[in-house]
Amino acid sequence: MANKLQTIASNLLGWVDERFPLTSNVKAHLTEYYAPKNFNFWYFFGSLALLVLVLQIVTGIFLTMNYKPEASMAFASVEYIMRDVSWGRLIRYMHSTGASMFFVVVYLHMFRGLIYGSYRAPRELIWLFGVGIFLVLMGEAFFGYLLPWGQMSFWGAQVIINLFTSIPFIGPDVSLWLRGDYTVSDATLNRFFAFHVIALPLVLLGLVVAHLIALHEVGSNNPDGIEIKKKKDPKTKIPLDGIPFHPYYTVKDLVGVSVFLIVFTAIIFFAPEMGGYFLEANNFIPADPLKTPAHIAPVWYFTPYYSILRAVPPILNSQFPGVAAMGLSVVIFALLPWLDRSPVKSIRYRGNLYKSWLAAFVVSFLILGYLGTEPSNVWGQFDAGTIIVGGADRATVVARIFSLVYFAFFVLMPWYSKKDKTKKVPERVTA
Amino acid sequence: MKSKILFVLAFLLPMAAFANEHVKLDHAPIDPSNQVSLQRGAKTFVNYCLNCHSASYMRYNRLQDIGLTDTQIKANLLFAGDKVGDTMTVAMPKADAKAWFGATPPDLSVEARARGADWLYSYLRGFYRDETRPTGWNNTVYDKVAMPHVLWELQGQQVLKVNESTEEHVLVLDKPGTMSPAEYNLMVADLVNYLVFMAEPFKERDKHLGLLVLAFLGLLFGLTYALKKEFWKDIH
Repeated sequence: MANKLQTIASNLLGWVDERFPLTSNVKAHLTEYYAPKNFNFWYFFGSLALLVLVLQIVTGIFLTMNYKPEASMAFASVEYIMRDVSWGRLIRYMHSTGASMFFVVVYLHMFRGLIYGSYRAPRELIWLFGVGIFLVLMGEAFFGYLLPWGQMSFWGAQVIINLFTSIPFIGPDVSLWLRGDYTVSDATLNRFFAFHVIALPLVLLGLVVAHLIALHEVGSNNPDGIEIKKKKDPKTKIPLDGIPFHPYYTVKDLVGVSVFLIVFTAIIFFAPEMGGYFLEANNFIPADPLKTPAHIAPVWYFTPYYSILRAVPPILNSQFPGVAAMGLSVVIFALLPWLDRSPVKSIRYRGNLYKSWLAAFVVSFLILGYLGTEPSNVWGQFDAGTIIVGGADRATVVARIFSLVYFAFFVLMPWYSKKDKTKKVPERVTA
Repeated sequence: MKSKILFVLAFLLPMAAFANEHVKLDHAPIDPSNQVSLQRGAKTFVNYCLNCHSASYMRYNRLQDIGLTDTQIKANLLFAGDKVGDTMTVAMPKADAKAWFGATPPDLSVEARARGADWLYSYLRGFYRDETRPTGWNNTVYDKVAMPHVLWELQGQQVLKVNESTEEHVLVLDKPGTMSPAEYNLMVADLVNYLVFMAEPFKERDKHLGLLVLAFLGLLFGLTYALKKEFWKDIH
């Protein structure tokens, strides 16, 4: 009986394989995709990002079944989901928490790339597709944030779209074109809904596929930054330090998934607002175009860039330099493969010079992130008599210094990465 | 031009905001698991708030979650003509409300999530006599508020006095109401407790579910960890 079933199964597989490359793809991407055996903690976040993407798509589909993208109904329809739709509140919290957790895992994933030099040749395209994913994700988060139609949704969108107004010559027309109205309105809500539920997710999925195809073409980097394909078993041609992704990393990633889900569930059930960082209190007030909230701040994952925007002083009465700096602070990640001239990839074999710059960058990112959540007078002002900075907001001056450090990390990288005293990289991966 | 003004406003407003945040809020002594307190709060809400403020996302029969039966809800809390599955709406037209008070009373369904329990608790105890205001009332938490002090007969009348030694503003009970200050504070706490419940009715109930899910995931973690160990034992 068992034999007969096996025969049927293998016949069926043969039938499929003659028409579709099933077995060869499973081999190429799972059972015979050889990943370095020394992946550590930092290598969980790629698969977790994929998990959150699926979670966002599935919960998003169920949310659209009851959400109304219409200015007079949107806020109420979200509360309807929270109260009257079976399990709607959990689906909504999974989606809202998923948005923030997406950025948590993506930031950790990007940091992994930074410390182990995963963007270096031959992985430049993987990195570029990744930066593309990051940009689209930011757009996706921004468009989605308007949909609950609370005060923060409305005024956040108003502020961000108005940033485009500062572009010389075409600015006002561009922001009018984006809004579809003179103020954020039903027309804006409708188009943002279209972007959020179909346009950007399609682009995102395409980029994720490209990211993975490129990865599986060149193979994964590892904490030692060694190319495992250089040392292969002469007979089998399998990298000596490689192990099949399935089952080794599938079972390992399952452990990561379990831990992630524990954290995720704890947030959903016990702290869905996350102290106002995931869901802001002001967003429980319906959008009111006539009442500007006292303090408009973006959601936490945008705050480092928002800080940079606020830190740059207007030049010739134009806010455009700040807007340009903010845009640059995001896309500058794309240049990393060509800025880094170190002979080694991994932080394990870099010297103190690079490590210090990386530490300075991380500190800048965190401080700018914190300052972006607060009003610019949060630390008060310097005394009027102080030289240079007299009377200025302390937080603004601090944000300016750390904005400079943020950009210096990238701009000076060609020099300090080359000058850095590196250590000898071993032939084979270490544990 | 208009958008340019908005743009500038968006950068200036955070500063204006900061000025408001100096109001000291009292900690709201609420217990979301105390059903008797929630029921008393629901009664206060229906009797005093629901005349002007709607709670249009909240259904009456959701009050089953705080231990009331449909019959009890119908007998004690429902207005004539309403059904137990209806949401808590008000008959007062929004335009009239705006004309009478200068502002439409906000829907209170999720007000506790927007303001926080401490704010509500301090606000409802922060009304004082101020003859310069159209209603005759002002509030320490919400300056120049449009809402009159609906609960004044219970609390009595407070006035704002300056403490000469510390130069702080303090509220002093000028004319006592039908309740003692302790009774009034308790009633407000119950009301705030109810408002917090109403803003997220499933929260307490879902916590039990959350613990179950976490227990399941803990088990899953144990299994996946053992599985990983087993597969990886031959990798060195």
